[in-house]
Amino acid sequence: MAAIFQGVGAAAALSSSPSNSFDSKKLLFSPRRSFSVKKGASVVVVRSDGNVNLDLNPRGRRAQQLIANAVATKADSSATSSSSKPGHELLLFEALREGLEEEMERDPSVCVMGEDVGHYGGSYKVTKGLATKFGDLRVLDTPIAENSFTGMGIGAAMTGLRPVVEGMNMGFLLLAFNQISNNCGMLHYTSGGQFTIPIVIRGPGGVGRQLGAEHSQRLESYFQSIPGIQMVACSTPYNAKGLMKAAIRSENPVILFEHVLLYNLKERIPDEDYICNLEEAEMVRPGEHVTILTYSRMRYHVMQAAKTLVNKGYDPEVIDIRSLKPFDLYTIGNSVKKTHRVLIVEECMRTGGIGASLTAAINENFLDYLDAPIMCLSSQDVPTPYAGTLEEWTVVQPAQIVTAVEQLCH
Amino acid sequence: MFGGSPFLFHFINSSRRSLPGDYSHALSLVSSAPHFSFFPSPPSSLLYLSPSIFHSLLHLPFSLLSSSPANTPHQKPKGSRKVERDRTMSSAFSAGKFTTQPFPLNTTSPRSHDKPFNIPSATSPFFGSSRKLRLNSSSKLNLHRRSGTVVAVSDVVKEKKSKFAPNLLITKEEGLVLYEDMVLGRAFEDMCAQMYYRGKMFGFVHLYNGQEAVSTGFIKHLKKEDSVVSTYRDHVHALSKGVPARAVMSELFGKTTGCCRGQGGSMHMFSSEHNLLGGFAFIGEGIPVATGAAFTSKYKREVLKEADCDHVTLAFFGDGTCNNGQFFECLNMAALWKLPIVFVVENNLWAIGMSHLRATSDPQIYKKGPAFGMPGIHVDGMDVLKVREVAKEAIGRARRGEGPTLVECETYRFRGHSLADPDELRDPAEKAHYAARDPITALKKYLIENSLASEAELKAIDKKIDEVVEDSVEFADESPLPSRSQLLENVFADPKGFGIGPDGQYRCEDPKFTEGTAHV
Repeated sequence: MAAIFQGVGAAAALSSSPSNSFDSKKLLFSPRRSFSVKKGASVVVVRSDGNVNLDLNPRGRRAQQLIANAVATKADSSATSSSSKPGHELLLFEALREGLEEEMERDPSVCVMGEDVGHYGGSYKVTKGLATKFGDLRVLDTPIAENSFTGMGIGAAMTGLRPVVEGMNMGFLLLAFNQISNNCGMLHYTSGGQFTIPIVIRGPGGVGRQLGAEHSQRLESYFQSIPGIQMVACSTPYNAKGLMKAAIRSENPVILFEHVLLYNLKERIPDEDYICNLEEAEMVRPGEHVTILTYSRMRYHVMQAAKTLVNKGYDPEVIDIRSLKPFDLYTIGNSVKKTHRVLIVEECMRTGGIGASLTAAINENFLDYLDAPIMCLSSQDVPTPYAGTLEEWTVVQPAQIVTAVEQLCH
Repeated sequence: MFGGSPFLFHFINSSRRSLPGDYSHALSLVSSAPHFSFFPSPPSSLLYLSPSIFHSLLHLPFSLLSSSPANTPHQKPKGSRKVERDRTMSSAFSAGKFTTQPFPLNTTSPRSHDKPFNIPSATSPFFGSSRKLRLNSSSKLNLHRRSGTVVAVSDVVKEKKSKFAPNLLITKEEGLVLYEDMVLGRAFEDMCAQMYYRGKMFGFVHLYNGQEAVSTGFIKHLKKEDSVVSTYRDHVHALSKGVPARAVMSELFGKTTGCCRGQGGSMHMFSSEHNLLGGFAFIGEGIPVATGAAFTSKYKREVLKEADCDHVTLAFFGDGTCNNGQFFECLNMAALWKLPIVFVVENNLWAIGMSHLRATSDPQIYKKGPAFGMPGIHVDGMDVLKVREVAKEAIGRARRGEGPTLVECETYRFRGHSLADPDELRDPAEKAHYAARDPITALKKYLIENSLASEAELKAIDKKIDEVVEDSVEFADESPLPSRSQLLENVFADPKGFGIGPDGQYRCEDPKFTEGTAHV
């Protein structure tokens, strides 16, 4: 059946040449106008998971229904609301902004700090207009001193504020590693619980479009060992807004990973207040034959491959793990118990990435349910090259995913 | 350490080497950037240099002159540092209120570096504790040029001095408070050493003996709501801020009754009640946290409209930290946003075994303040009353919203860097010099000589403190060790962060989770 769900590069999928990488140029550089459906234009109708009403996917179920007993019931949780309301359409970066703005209105101690977040509006426009609305102190333009302004955010969090620290590119947060590891992660513990650090550290990462090695880093693999932090990765406007809000409301330090290429995804999201649970995974496409675990941009490669796989007669179950630390072992486990085959598709490098940890976690917990060894498709252990062709080969492409599933389901 | 005029002369000579007779070449190099090197081709901007640039050549900040690769310090002859050269330092900002005033309390000689530089004590390298400088009235000095290079005493104090009996800067009550606090710090640290060697505490323990004047001098000016951020040498900062000795000792023993439940240890003293924001093991990493606390104070006042929020933050750190990026980054941000913070440098000349002079291109740390737009003050950190006066002014500045201050306290640690440090590198003469300037002895002398307290009263305080410290050890000894269930507590403020287990429950909802029997 056709999942409604198409990522960027839907055009490429439709044109049935899955071996090409999808055309993300449109994603990055096209003005919004081009997304409002020119007939025959390539790309970009994006919906989130298949359970949104217009559903060609009658078996779609929300992740929340699967793990109802694990969800703290909140009045504004997304249990059933979004399926019936019309909502409004926006792009992912606008969804992030909306989430941020709503939280800033709701709680005056929420503030933003980062480079060019104020007057410039954010290098990816996530904070556009916020400085005019909330003032220069609440949306603080910092000098280029990641270690120090992240530490400043942590000090502010300890003393009562709820800062959202933006790394202009996640890679820049390598400079803030000292603060993120030692203070952000550990301070609550070493202070014996006296100080909380309700900070959100967010920024775009991942392999973009020929941005070069240093701007194409995947910091989730470096940060995942830090005790005391949570990491989430958003992939759709819906979960971007939901995760942003949940992260801001959380008392724990949360690192929210966005992706450079996903900022212009468009989706219709609910009007009313909702959050996405930080610790839960998202069921993208239920299936029977194989569990494909993915997150962030690779979700779209997977969904593109899924189209091909479906045409070939496979029925993949696609889960966007969303929570990179901790893993939602319930959703994942249920899926493994159903399909008995696992493929992990990630953008991290082979060595020490999220996939590596996930493989270990699944093997530890669900080994009895596996009919085949877990396959993990990751990026090559190379610095991301500038050349477009080389860059394509660095990350996992839909064709490789198709091949992997075929191997797995042999 | 770096002779002024001979140095300048050498500099000029070198420039002549690159372009014979072309003086203006040197000017262009110097005026163009903070770093310069002697490259042959002069920039075209040479044509636009005004004659006044030449004049200002003589008034360049010391650090500029010394940064040339051709004039590295150790190539210089060991000349005496001329006070005259220092006097002519210029900088873009004026320090405003701070002026030089001599202090009557402790007129012993200033820090004399007997090794490796031969500087006679008459021409002291530092301001404020110099007799010579006292003789030069401030009117002779061009204050605009000298911004930030002087020791502070507020004008108010000067007035106060003339109204009351000379030399009395504190009342009896204040004096006793200061004395008690310093004695507590000393006695506590000595007890720590004892306990360490008896195997009651482990790991890295850094003691504060000798530096008590800085902690007491500053922290006793603070309100409870003001914040203090420290380093690994934080026991005495904790005590000065009001954390009970029992809580600190228990923490050192690793017991649950410690201020951080035994989870932090010597280097991570925290107290939310007393606004002690740590205790950091890596140098420099507390400074941004302090900057953040100061930011919160400003935010509360300006965004949250808590008009009376004037909380000040003090960041304590050492001379080694002043070469670290976080220090400079935070000086910049604090000055930029006029944050209510005071950066207190406890310059004890040694970073473990690295002499400050071997690690720093310009060892005068207080001069780095004006470079970022804040006053830089140097004060004798072995003298609690001097520190107290400087602290009062700096904290007052911050409270009034005038912005940050950099205070360099010249101090010394009597013990090694930590209890594991054999302390072999430091010159015994240097140690003896500072031992003679023990801040506690000095204050005691002051109190007695000025009839603020009697020997008996001070002895009573000594005894009381001994009892407090003994009691803290007893308390710590008797306190329980943390149980296994404490291991997973406090990792997350919201324990949902441990995630959802395979059974669909949040791991933290399992009642056995924190006992460690649940699978993580």
